Amino acid sequence: MGTTETGILSGRLSPVEYEKNFSDLHPPLDEHEALVASDRCYFCYDAPCMTACPTSIDIPLFIRQISTGNPIGSANTIFDQNILGGMCARVCPTETLCEQACVRNTAEHRPVEIGRLQRYATDIAMRENRQFYERAEPTGKSIAVVGAGPAGLACAHRLAVKGHDVVIYDAREKAGGLNEYGIATYKAVDDFAQAEVDYVLAIGGIEIRNRQMLGRDFSLSDMLAKHDAVFLGLGLAGVNALRAEGETAEGVEDAVDFIAALRQSETKSDIPVGRRVVVLGGGMTAVDAAVQAKLLGAEEVTICYRRGKENMNASEFEQDLAAAKGVTIRHWLQPKRVIARDGKVAGIELDYTTIEDGRLITTGETGVITADHVLKAIGQTFEADGLGVITLQSGRIVIDDEGRTSLDRVWAGGDCVLGGEDLTVSAVAMGRDAAESINRVLAAASQPAVAVA
Amino acid sequence: MADLRNNFVGIKSPNPFWLASAPPTDKAYNVERAFKAGWGGVVWKTLGEEGPPVVNVNGPRYGAIWGADRRLLGLNNIELITDRDLYTNLREMKQVKMNWPDRALIASIMVPCEENAWKAILPLVEETGADGIELNFGCPHGMSERGMGAAVGQVPEYIEMVVRWCKQYTRMPVITKLTPNITDVRKPARAAKSGGTDAVSLINTINSITSVNLDTFSPEPSIDGKGSHGGYCGPAVKPIALNMVAEIARDPETYGLPISGIGGITTWRDAAEFLVLGAGNVQVCTAAMTYGFKIVQEMITGLSNWMDTKGHRTLDDICGRAVPNVSDWQYLNLNYIAKARIDQDACIQCGRCHIACEDTSHQAITQYVDGKRHFEVMEDECVGCNLCVNVCPVQDCITMVGLEPGTLDERTGKVVDANYANWTTHPNNPMARQAAE
Ligand SMILES: Cc1cc2nc3c(=O)[nH]c(=O)nc-3n(C[C@H](O)[C@H](O)[C@H](O)COP(=O)(O)OP(=O)(O)OC[C@H]3O[C@@H](n4cnc5c(N)ncnc54)[C@H](O)[C@@H]3O)c2cc1C
Ligand SMILES: Cc1cc2nc3c(=O)[nH]c(=O)nc-3n(C[C@H](O)[C@H](O)[C@H](O)COP(=O)(O)O)c2cc1C
Ligand code: SF4
Ligand code: SF4
Ligand code: SF4
Repeated sequence: MGTTETGILSGRLSPVEYEKNFSDLHPPLDEHEALVASDRCYFCYDAPCMTACPTSIDIPLFIRQISTGNPIGSANTIFDQNILGGMCARVCPTETLCEQACVRNTAEHRPVEIGRLQRYATDIAMRENRQFYERAEPTGKSIAVVGAGPAGLACAHRLAVKGHDVVIYDAREKAGGLNEYGIATYKAVDDFAQAEVDYVLAIGGIEIRNRQMLGRDFSLSDMLAKHDAVFLGLGLAGVNALRAEGETAEGVEDAVDFIAALRQSETKSDIPVGRRVVVLGGGMTAVDAAVQAKLLGAEEVTICYRRGKENMNASEFEQDLAAAKGVTIRHWLQPKRVIARDGKVAGIELDYTTIEDGRLITTGETGVITADHVLKAIGQTFEADGLGVITLQSGRIVIDDEGRTSLDRVWAGGDCVLGGEDLTVSAVAMGRDAAESINRVLAAASQPAVAVA
Repeated sequence: MADLRNNFVGIKSPNPFWLASAPPTDKAYNVERAFKAGWGGVVWKTLGEEGPPVVNVNGPRYGAIWGADRRLLGLNNIELITDRDLYTNLREMKQVKMNWPDRALIASIMVPCEENAWKAILPLVEETGADGIELNFGCPHGMSERGMGAAVGQVPEYIEMVVRWCKQYTRMPVITKLTPNITDVRKPARAAKSGGTDAVSLINTINSITSVNLDTFSPEPSIDGKGSHGGYCGPAVKPIALNMVAEIARDPETYGLPISGIGGITTWRDAAEFLVLGAGNVQVCTAAMTYGFKIVQEMITGLSNWMDTKGHRTLDDICGRAVPNVSDWQYLNLNYIAKARIDQDACIQCGRCHIACEDTSHQAITQYVDGKRHFEVMEDECVGCNLCVNVCPVQDCITMVGLEPGTLDERTGKVVDANYANWTTHPNNPMARQAAE
């Protein structure tokens, strides 16, 4: 390993080490491996794996199509339900979704490798740029999609298939949402997020306008004036504050910003990281930030979580991955104060916690961990202006089971809605289903009115 | 998208995938579900004559063989023809055909080998609106003891006679289903053709005992300690069925006779192989019984994607395409010389190719080279038999490479001849010598 100097520094590793550290986490299956893996599938009836998939991909069918040498047909089966099936194959926590439900997991604790098989088929179709959908006759309707994340892209694609015109407005430089700015580097290598955006847009009829921010550049009523319907796939633009002393010290950073910068870097050698990093939080973001900090050459990385292992949102698999990469996970520790020296982080003081009468309390005992870099991954919040009187609850947009908000002609889905699961695949499902609902409503509205005698 | 519409002896169906006459087609309930799942047609479970129906055993009817991971490879059954009342079947057939006019519905029939029996049942079947009939001359157990099924199918004269009656008493197309339990399948096919059949279908099941219980010494499936031979079907029978289909497809006497291919079809690829070997459509039983009716979706999309990839637009573009390439051994090109080649990067050094060749073939693969474990083909010993390719656990690790004409075959010391030459003219062939003399 390269330099272990204290301070937040870039270039801690050699170019070769960076490349090795940020390569594919699970290398793709080759043909033979895919055939062997697919042969294990039982082609279950009313398959539990399929029920566990938020987008209800016909898993037994797509796996059987792989096993019979028909990966293109297999990709078609996947995309029918989930047009971002390529990204989902890479980022879904399959160990808590389809693969957990797989009957072979029940039988022998070794599920069919559904995620990797899904990647095998979708990779082939995308490499050959096989497009499976054609647009229906133009309907003349125009829909605004705000947010180009998984929810917005899935919604836009399904709307385009139905013959509607779609304009996507997104605040950021590039489309993709957290696929582009959030997912861990080693889960989506080779600029896959942008390749997937291109693949989705190839259907036609979808225009993307970047650097267009709701609340700054336009309001929801502007959108309603210009378009027949609006879908909001805004994600979670805000982050929770630590509310602890010393939070403003240099070296305290939001994990999502740290990851976004990392994702945008070509070589990763320009991304500074501390020698001793403390990550606060217990979810997927915390694990991703910690692991990538380690891979950038940090000497010590510690995740501090204020509850127990069983409460962590990061899956067992993610926790094991962190451990395997040399990250220490500590539980029952809550940040009390960032210790700063000359305005820079020097450590963090933590309260020990416990549960009493169902409530999390501090025990009175404290400890200090030396650190020069603190990454906050203590949750994101929904943040958007310009929405008018839309109904929110617990800080998220309220929708019904078709994705309709409290406002006429406005649908929403993904992380920004109440009941969202903060998963790429759930965002895709909600975007797709909202598109179906929008289509139904618009089609009904354009039926000629029945004359009443 | 390839056009999968099928026209088999004038019977139209949206795709060439029919369910074979068997439990999946025993009643309206199953057939309705099959059509919903996308099957192009069904051959209804074989009907018997009017009167009390046959009875089945009330214990296990199936035996099987599996791979180590419980993949079903072969199934064996001792079921008879339908055990439901004739009129119940006919009523249901009529209703189903009315509900699904675009799908093919064929009645399979097995009645005693008497003119009156056939004369009696045919108008009843015709009245249902069925698209055609299939004569079950195949069932190898239970019915043959009663002088029906395979007992008829094994006597070409009977086949011809029954087909003739059927052509006489009905306007429906007649498909004659053949038994594989016979030495030369071309004989019954020729007989069916002389009788005027519109098509043949094959194969029915093969006489078999799948296993024996070594504690009770009873064959499986065991009914109260005894077993009986049954009919074998499923993936294991496909190679046998393919050969029989090809034999009929290329026999000058039956050339052009439409064939409905049956036997072990489990994937689109199996179906495509039957079609290119001369079948006009295919029938499936065991795959549906193993995985359910949804399996047809894999077959339809797989066949369609393959046709798209290869630029085949309709079934006519593929049917029979491999038939001209099925040849008798004596006409194979003896001047074609191939050698095994091992891809050293792919080889995992298991040694199976070496021991197969060393112990049982031609001692043409090394074990050590310069004192190191290394498996390589010695071209001066390799006869090109392909055994190593088939035993190697690594896909595409060993390939057979044809030698270019003009190059030296190190084994024989002869230069490879570009000209085709076969056994009929080979100097070692006594017949060839006789002809020359
Ligand atoms: C670090 C991290 C790692 C993750 N890892 C995984 C993982 O491995 N697997 C998994 O399944 N899920 C993971 N998730 C969750 C997953 O990324 C999200 O659930 C998913 O991206 C939600 O999709 P979305 O479309 O709702 O929102 P987003 O992906 O957040 O997209 C929202 C889009 O809206 C735009 N936007 C926001 N506000 C405005 C505005 N006012 N005006 C215009 N545009 C706006 C944004 O620029 C963005 O493009 C991770 C999340 C994070 C933060
Ligand atoms: C349980 C069972 C019952 C069958 N019954 C009949 C029958 O009544 N009539 C018939 O013509 N064939 C019958 N068959 C044979 C099938 O129609 C088919 O020819 C054979 O199973 C080979 O096809 P497969 O390998 O796809 O199963 C039966 C097969 C099975 C497994
Ligand atoms: S549960 Fe497992 S074995 Fe069953 S269909 Fe799904 S992947 Fe295949
Ligand atoms: S398959 Fe159904 S009918 Fe047959 S033995 Fe099992 S439960 Fe009984
Ligand atoms: S059988 Fe295949 S893998 Fe094994 S030694 Fe021979 S060439 Fe190598």
